[in-house]
Amino acid sequence: MQFQFDSLASFFAMDGHGPYVWASYGMVVLVLVVLAVTPVFRQRKLRRELQQQLRQEEARRRAATTRAASQRAAEVVE
Amino acid sequence: MSWQWFHRLGSPRWFYQKSSAWLPWLGGAALSLLSVGVVWGLGFAPEDFKQGNSYRIIYIHVPAAFLALAGYYIMAISGAIGLIWKMKLSFVVMRAAAPIGAALTFIALFTGAVWGKPTWGTYWVWDARITSMLILFFLYLGVMALSGAFSREQSGDKASALLALVGTVNIPIIYKSVDWWFTLHQPATLKLTEASTIDPSMFYPLITMIAGFYLFYAWVLTLHTRTMILQREGRTQWVRELVGASAPAKA
Repeated sequence: MQFQFDSLASFFAMDGHGPYVWASYGMVVLVLVVLAVTPVFRQRKLRRELQQQLRQEEARRRAATTRAASQRAAEVVE
Repeated sequence: MSWQWFHRLGSPRWFYQKSSAWLPWLGGAALSLLSVGVVWGLGFAPEDFKQGNSYRIIYIHVPAAFLALAGYYIMAISGAIGLIWKMKLSFVVMRAAAPIGAALTFIALFTGAVWGKPTWGTYWVWDARITSMLILFFLYLGVMALSGAFSREQSGDKASALLALVGTVNIPIIYKSVDWWFTLHQPATLKLTEASTIDPSMFYPLITMIAGFYLFYAWVLTLHTRTMILQREGRTQWVRELVGASAPAKA
């Protein structure tokens, strides 16, 4: 098995078929990269959103317990 | 019971936890096979005596078309399993398979058009193989659109699974189109039942690329499925624990 082209230039030219071959391979690389990368980014975003949601719920719960506690304290004072 | 594995397989949580160990292997194997195949096909496989160097597009065109069809099976069968056994995970797989299949069909159509110009003298002909592939592309888009068109997720699952199943009639038409109709498209190069009409020096890089595309498909389908699981199961306890555990610092 050996490299089929004399020079790098002839490899890129592909006897005049270069534009077709490289356009095809370029498009494939682009599409495959998009396919692999989009779920990673979407998952990262989802995790961030879910974490934020969890934090908000936690804060709300904490606020509710302090409210209840201060209410109880007020009752004791009375 | 003996059916336990089947139920476990249907559990999004089980899949999410198990699949994280598969990802690096699938991705690594796919990318290494693809890089070997691309270098082999572009630089080391001999030139075609009839088509010259434009034939090198075969190393991406054929694998993409293979996976566009195989991906349709996967999508339709997942939809069917979801309809019959009401398995949650299989609907998720069906939804995840649709955009990947559409992307691969697009690659097959695009590379085919670009290959057609130097070989047939035209980018596009309305011949049976190409038209049926275009229909496949629209079927994928249809499943994507229909699955997102309902406010109730379950309705979208069922409707798009039905569309995917009905669309399978197109698959044998695609396979047989080069035999049934007079066409510019060359007949199949690789055959299961008889000797392939391709020289070993061109066959080995092609089979490397096909294997690479299969592994890439499995990798990307797993990635998309996992993302969709997280999206759908956002309210469940296990996702909350998972997300909470990986939180950077709790304020």
